Amino acid sequence: MRRAYLLALILTGCSENHERIAEQSQISSADLRSGYEFLQPETQALQDDAFANPGYLWVDKGKALFNQSPEHGEPACSSCHSDDSRPVSKAAAHYPAIDEQSGKLVNLESRINLCRERYQGLAPLEYESDDLLGLTAYLSHLAQGEPVSVTIDGQARKYYDAGEDYFFLRKGQFNLACSQCHNEHWGDKLRGDTISQGHGNAFPAYRMEWQTFGSLHRRLRDCDSGIRAEPLEYGSETYTAVELYLAKRAEGLAMESPGVRR
Amino acid sequence: MKIARSSALLFLIFLSACGQASEDRLAGPVEISGDAIIEPLNGKQGDPVRGEQIFTSREAGHCVLCHQVARLDAEFQGNVGPVLTGIGARLSVGQIRYRIVDAQGIWPDTVMPSYYRTGGLRQVDHEYQGAPALSAQQIEDIVAFLELQTN
Ligand code: HEC
Ligand code: HEC
Repeated sequence: MRRAYLLALILTGCSENHERIAEQSQISSADLRSGYEFLQPETQALQDDAFANPGYLWVDKGKALFNQSPEHGEPACSSCHSDDSRPVSKAAAHYPAIDEQSGKLVNLESRINLCRERYQGLAPLEYESDDLLGLTAYLSHLAQGEPVSVTIDGQARKYYDAGEDYFFLRKGQFNLACSQCHNEHWGDKLRGDTISQGHGNAFPAYRMEWQTFGSLHRRLRDCDSGIRAEPLEYGSETYTAVELYLAKRAEGLAMESPGVRR
Repeated sequence: MKIARSSALLFLIFLSACGQASEDRLAGPVEISGDAIIEPLNGKQGDPVRGEQIFTSREAGHCVLCHQVARLDAEFQGNVGPVLTGIGARLSVGQIRYRIVDAQGIWPDTVMPSYYRTGGLRQVDHEYQGAPALSAQQIEDIVAFLELQTN
């Protein structure tokens, strides 16, 4: 009894050195809303108009790359992924996922690069390069409207847990966790922005602040920088794990890429 | 006897685990009395005109990210935090000072950053390591500005 009391004292006494926030807030499935619903009507209209939405430049580029044989006659992506053999049309809605061969969690960007290395004998594309963004955008747009749904069983479980940890971890000079803005304060105004629930279903997306198209990891880097935390590397295992946690958290929302954001 | 010994041991663990964190939690020596810091930080004198500028500027305090103050010349003031109009009539100068220095010391789960905190933080961007988000002078300037917001 006494021991338990003292232990509690120790824990609360140390709680000023916060690692995680005390109470893990959640968003109920009835409240689940895409970032789209928090946008200004003009921004929504831009996303909805396939001719005006700048993201389609990357979709078109990706489509061409997908169907084209690379320089030295290696097979095109489309030669393996015809509609009936290995369909990729809805695949983007189910990433990140475990790569059977390595047992590691991969997001869509890494899956594209693995296919290049394994089946096309090509070097991986650089993160945030127009080619990788294009291929990712093309595949994501094929899954538009498909509900996000990912597997977190088996080997995926430890990544999901790591992603969840990061989401609730206080960090940076401002010592904030993702959950404090996106679970506790969605709908509130942070200067000119309305804080959304922080879902990844619109990515890769065109962001006006970037004046270009970018990946979900770029968005995560911006949120980390915003709280003055050192952002992690593009494609890092931790951001990929966060991506899995976000996808599970967003399960049921429709895929929207190419999204348009402020 | 046995119980007493194990309690003492636990107490020691308690001290060693937490003692250091609280010691260098803040950027400089600060005396907290109740929910206030009575003495100006480093004995600095605040300037309300500079304080207003720090309060609104994106490059400095940028408090308008979360707070509104009526009649302030800044568009799109946020509403994550409470409205600070009239704050100078509601809180003492020392209470205002403590809230800016270490809001997370008062409300452990708050989203308001602790602007004079340097210790016990993780993954701080290299650009900001070792220094508080606002200097003693900048905090005193904001305090001087908020103190005047009495209606
Ligand atoms: C201080 C507040 C704050 C914190 C902390 C924060 N974000 Fe954000 N986040 C924002 C704002 C503001 C935006 C832009 C508006 C919006 O969509 O919410 C945003 C956007 C996003 C988006 C894009 C949503 C969309 O539909 O465009 C994602 C995803 C996201 N955040 C995830 C995270 C993750 C993961 C973390 C932690 C690593 C995090 N955020 C930490 C404020 C924050
Ligand atoms: C990310 C959001 C955020 C930012 C940025 C922020 N605050 Fe706050 N502030 C809050 C919240 C939320 C509270 C209420 C405390 C709570 O319950 O969490 C608060 C409370 C306060 C209070 C006490 C108000 C009262 O009525 O008791 C003062 C004073 C204050 N803030 C001043 C400032 C100043 C000055 C700055 C900038 C240097 C600032 N805040 C920046 C969110 C913020």
